[in-house]
Amino acid sequence: MITKMNITNIYVINQDSAYDFYVNKLGFKLVDDIPMGPGTRWLTVSPPEQPDLQLVLFPITVSKMFPKETAETMIDLIKKGTFGCGVLQCNDIYATYEELKAKGVEFLKPPTKEFYATEALFRDDSGNYFSLQPKEG
Amino acid sequence: MNCSAPQSEAPKHSAEHYPKVYLYRRIVQAKLFIDRNYADKIDLNNISDEAYFSKFHFIRLFKTIYGKTPHQYLTAVRIAKSQELLKAGHPVTEVCFAVGFDSLTSFSALFKRVVGVSPSVYLSDRQMLKFRIQRTPKAFIPSCYLHQHGWLENSNFEEVNPS
Repeated sequence: MITKMNITNIYVINQDSAYDFYVNKLGFKLVDDIPMGPGTRWLTVSPPEQPDLQLVLFPITVSKMFPKETAETMIDLIKKGTFGCGVLQCNDIYATYEELKAKGVEFLKPPTKEFYATEALFRDDSGNYFSLQPKEG
Repeated sequence: MNCSAPQSEAPKHSAEHYPKVYLYRRIVQAKLFIDRNYADKIDLNNISDEAYFSKFHFIRLFKTIYGKTPHQYLTAVRIAKSQELLKAGHPVTEVCFAVGFDSLTSFSALFKRVVGVSPSVYLSDRQMLKFRIQRTPKAFIPSCYLHQHGWLENSNFEEVNPS
């Protein structure tokens, strides 16, 4: 019986920039940062209050899995936000919005009352979309 | 999943109109001040002055938003930063003062209460783990990812030769 998801991917363009975005701006906790040869590392982060979920900041680099043409297509799609999105939870959406905005996060939609929740929408440094919603949703 | 595409028309309840936006901004500025200056002696009276609140009003609002009083939050930031520095291999005494504590005894006691082990045990555990990861990095990565990256084929992690 499967009980939980522990590890999943966020495709990113550049791991250094993604590290800065997820750790320094979003405040995620660094879990693993293991060098795996030239130009690539095993880089995972967790949401601050969810240590049993690791997000792999997975860079698209030319490899057996991603030949040059595939890698270029993937990067193009990431920039367009094709692989979004996820919903991130916060305690207070207005305070979180003001903090992230002060740190330079690009918002596509400020906190807005929708029928399901108050929601804001932002992108990460690669182009992935995230919805931000308060806990009580 | 509740996730809508960005709307082209202007939202009816934009952020600029949410209640007491100036209050939020001041409290957020105070939180960011703590994030930046946790290593220094921070007088919480100065923060509430900067936020133009009475001390009690400020503490109450801060706690409503962050679930912790400013002092509790400052302590939590210091302990979290100390964990990062210990993970990086810095000695306990150096870490204690680097994150703004001025007594090794109170730092160690607080660290143990929050983290569950003393700073010196935490440091040696992390060093041990780091050593094992350096020796056998692939043992710490799920094989689906090793496969996807092409790391399984290369025992010495050299770049895949384009074929």
